[in-house]
Amino acid sequence: MGIHRGHQARPVEWLAEKFIFLVSLSAIVMVFLIFLFVAREALPLFFGETNTALVQKPIPTADLEKLSPAKLQQYLELTPAQFAAMDKDTLKSLMDVKQEAQDEVPEEFRNDPDARINTTEWRYLVLPHQWNHYDKPEYIWQPVGQIQKYNIIPLLVGTLKTTLIGLLFAVPLSVGAAIYVSQMARPKMREIIKPTIELLSGIPSVVVGFFALLVMATVLQKVFGYQTRLNAFVAGIALGFAVIPVIFSIAEDALTSVPRAYTQAALALGASRWQTAWQIVLPAALPGVFAATVLGFGRAIGETMIVLMVCSASVMSWSIFDSARSITTTIAAEMAEAVSGGPHYRILFMLGALLFAVTFVSNMVAGAVIQRFKLKLEGKR
Amino acid sequence: MPKLNVPEAKINSPGSAALIHIESLSLYYGASKALKNISLTLGEKVVTAFIGPSGCGKSTLLRCLNRMNDLIDNVRIEGSCKIGGHDIYSSDVDVIELRKRVGMVFQKSNPFPKSIYENVAYGLRLHGANNKAELDGVVEQSLRSAALWDEVKDRLHSSALGLSGGQQQRLCIARAIAIKPEIILMDEPASALDPLATARIEELILELKKDFTIVIVTHNMQQAARISDQTAFFYIGELIEFDSTAKIFTNPAKKQTEDYVTGRFG
Amino acid sequence: MNARKHFRAEKFDFASFFFTGLTGLATLLILGILATILINIIANGVRGFSWHFVSTIPKKDFFDVNTTGVLPMIVGTTICVFVMTIFVLPVGVITAIYLTEYAANNSLVTKFIRAAVNNLAGVPSIVFGLFGLGFFINFIGKNIDAVLHNPSAVWGQPALIWASLTLAIMTMPVVIVATEESLKAIPPGLREASLALGATKLETILRVVLPQALPGIMTGGILAVSRAAGEVAPILFTGVAYYMASLPHHVTDQFMDLGYHVFVLSTQSPNIEQTRPILYATVLVLLLLTFALNLVAIVIRARVRKKLRALG
Repeated sequence: MGIHRGHQARPVEWLAEKFIFLVSLSAIVMVFLIFLFVAREALPLFFGETNTALVQKPIPTADLEKLSPAKLQQYLELTPAQFAAMDKDTLKSLMDVKQEAQDEVPEEFRNDPDARINTTEWRYLVLPHQWNHYDKPEYIWQPVGQIQKYNIIPLLVGTLKTTLIGLLFAVPLSVGAAIYVSQMARPKMREIIKPTIELLSGIPSVVVGFFALLVMATVLQKVFGYQTRLNAFVAGIALGFAVIPVIFSIAEDALTSVPRAYTQAALALGASRWQTAWQIVLPAALPGVFAATVLGFGRAIGETMIVLMVCSASVMSWSIFDSARSITTTIAAEMAEAVSGGPHYRILFMLGALLFAVTFVSNMVAGAVIQRFKLKLEGKR
Repeated sequence: MPKLNVPEAKINSPGSAALIHIESLSLYYGASKALKNISLTLGEKVVTAFIGPSGCGKSTLLRCLNRMNDLIDNVRIEGSCKIGGHDIYSSDVDVIELRKRVGMVFQKSNPFPKSIYENVAYGLRLHGANNKAELDGVVEQSLRSAALWDEVKDRLHSSALGLSGGQQQRLCIARAIAIKPEIILMDEPASALDPLATARIEELILELKKDFTIVIVTHNMQQAARISDQTAFFYIGELIEFDSTAKIFTNPAKKQTEDYVTGRFG
Repeated sequence: MNARKHFRAEKFDFASFFFTGLTGLATLLILGILATILINIIANGVRGFSWHFVSTIPKKDFFDVNTTGVLPMIVGTTICVFVMTIFVLPVGVITAIYLTEYAANNSLVTKFIRAAVNNLAGVPSIVFGLFGLGFFINFIGKNIDAVLHNPSAVWGQPALIWASLTLAIMTMPVVIVATEESLKAIPPGLREASLALGATKLETILRVVLPQALPGIMTGGILAVSRAAGEVAPILFTGVAYYMASLPHHVTDQFMDLGYHVFVLSTQSPNIEQTRPILYATVLVLLLLTFALNLVAIVIRARVRKKLRALG
């Protein structure tokens, strides 16, 4: 019986398997590339290669030879690659341009101490600074004008404000609905309600933003009677709309995956449906509900269009009825004006990398929690 | 339970040529040993039944014969299993060729969600047959051999999923014999069927014995007694006794075998 | 004694009633939000909606209620997501095939791929936009221009192809998850039957597994399209145009997009009261495009899930 073969008798099979494997790695490659290329554009910030100081001590072009290459590169605000590609004449003309730029600095800035500051240094990015004509140190994000201020704290506060309002609104609602759908509702109802709520995730965020801007903002202002029509509160509630389907879906899955044996044991002991849900099912599914919240947080913090449309002024305020500008909004609104390769551009990419890192971590945490939860339910831990 | 009455005539004549040689075969799932040092020789065109309580390893051993265990991670096999003199676990064996020659029928009938005709033709098409007349011929012949032709000849192109459970299982048998294997492995082929459908499958097995070597795993001891020539009794991964079916059911050598076949445990 | 028992039972019922009511109310509120949004948009949207509106290429001033139309946005969005599916479907389906059919469940690579897919699903859409700008335009595009010696930027600028690719990466997890779900719903017995007949793994996948998984793959494709058609943030810097006089002709052209147009109409209108009808109508068109697709996908998905539950 001829069941033998030579080596690699099936090259197509072998090639197909390798090909499928290679393609399946693309998800890993993409996550890696995303981080690499977003961080790459922000990298010069970390190496002090950006300088926004309006008034700099000009170095005479004649001194070109005396400068060390590293210092020259920093002075001309070049990346190492750009610097390496330039010959001496180009460098000379760049130094001339730099000199001319210094000569053209408006008179009023010559004696302004702020004009000598490189605002992309770390302390100006995260610490409050008392700018000229201000009476106290402040956190200011103001990337336009002669002296650009890049303090990211107002953006972080804005992001946290809208995200937390969104979660405070969405978590109770979606977990409540998840309990109802998985524990209380009859199976028939469940079959209808679950996909319907999941439909909410099919509404594009730009449409949620539009609805919040045109309809909700007016209604909420009438109900709560606050001053600013467009504020963090409206944005947060609208964010909640976007987050509800995420949290609901995962929480409902977690609640449903609690074995029926638990519930039936409790019901057999005379517990009511509600007691069973509250005392048996919810505690068992708590890790899943937690993971759902973490993923909801990741979704809310990364949502762009809703906050962009509803409020966008970057004021440093903890009040929920003031406007707020989130990280995502800042990137979306300002990237078009930012000069490619300039300090503003780099800082926007740095914000993007920060956002990526935060969502990466929250995804990992949620993923690990869900994994453990499932193993536990399967009795493998 | 009284001892079963097995006609003498069915006892295998010692002259039939040996086809399958299993020698000190052990199988591990990770660290646990599922089959322990099994040696067994099965004759050609003989029906061999593997019996034993659940988890005794009889299905696992059956799946060694066409290397279906390869599909499970972490399975390790020691010892040898030769079919027609070739060690099927030797590194130069093409599993695909092996499986063409060792067909299998599963516990749960698993027709493809295609037409009855396409189910039977599937294996043929895989192995290169495309000629319509030739396909038609083999499909008809296989369905006839599986005693299904008369029931389905008018609806060959309707879905196989519309057949009854017993018909589906016979379709699976037709599908397996269409590619003309030498050996057919049957993993509890009638366990999900009603008594009438079971009887038809048993009749069919006795019929197929003329052309094929059949190894059948069964829970049903009367079934083993009715259709097999040889019976192997397994218990927790070990081969306890292997002999002619008549001997196993009337005068087993081991106490464990007797306890099992008389229904004292299992 | 009797009275006491009775009393306890009643108290008991009240808590049950109260909390069931509370969770039921939460459910109702969510459904209410959904209904309000939909009804509001449909009721207001149909007024500005007409054949003229969906079939007209507007002049530069697209805020003019009487002459404006959304044809270039419909075409732009459609082409963009269509090009996207060409990239995302093969990659997504093949990845799902690897994960369910080939990968050893506990191997490190499998865990890494799964983690990457989960992460990709959670990356904020604006970060995809930044990535598209940093990778596709500034890296790939500029290098293509350099190699081709283009005098001005052709590839190294926002373009339809880059927007599509950015969206493809963003929607990859959607396709992978949906395909995987449908692959898992196929009874293992069918694969065994095929293998036992001497089919190779590839033959089994091509002839038995994939035909069965087709509805699930379609669901994934539809969900990806519906998600991508509504996304604005990833294409902001990678290909969308505020206004274009003609439809895109080439993959390196920029394009107008429905979602972005909704954004423009809602935030940059010179007179929001006056342009309200065309804004609502545009939102309605966008919803018809994304939501209707979603509805179809969810119905198919519910069926696949039912099958999955019946199996396991």
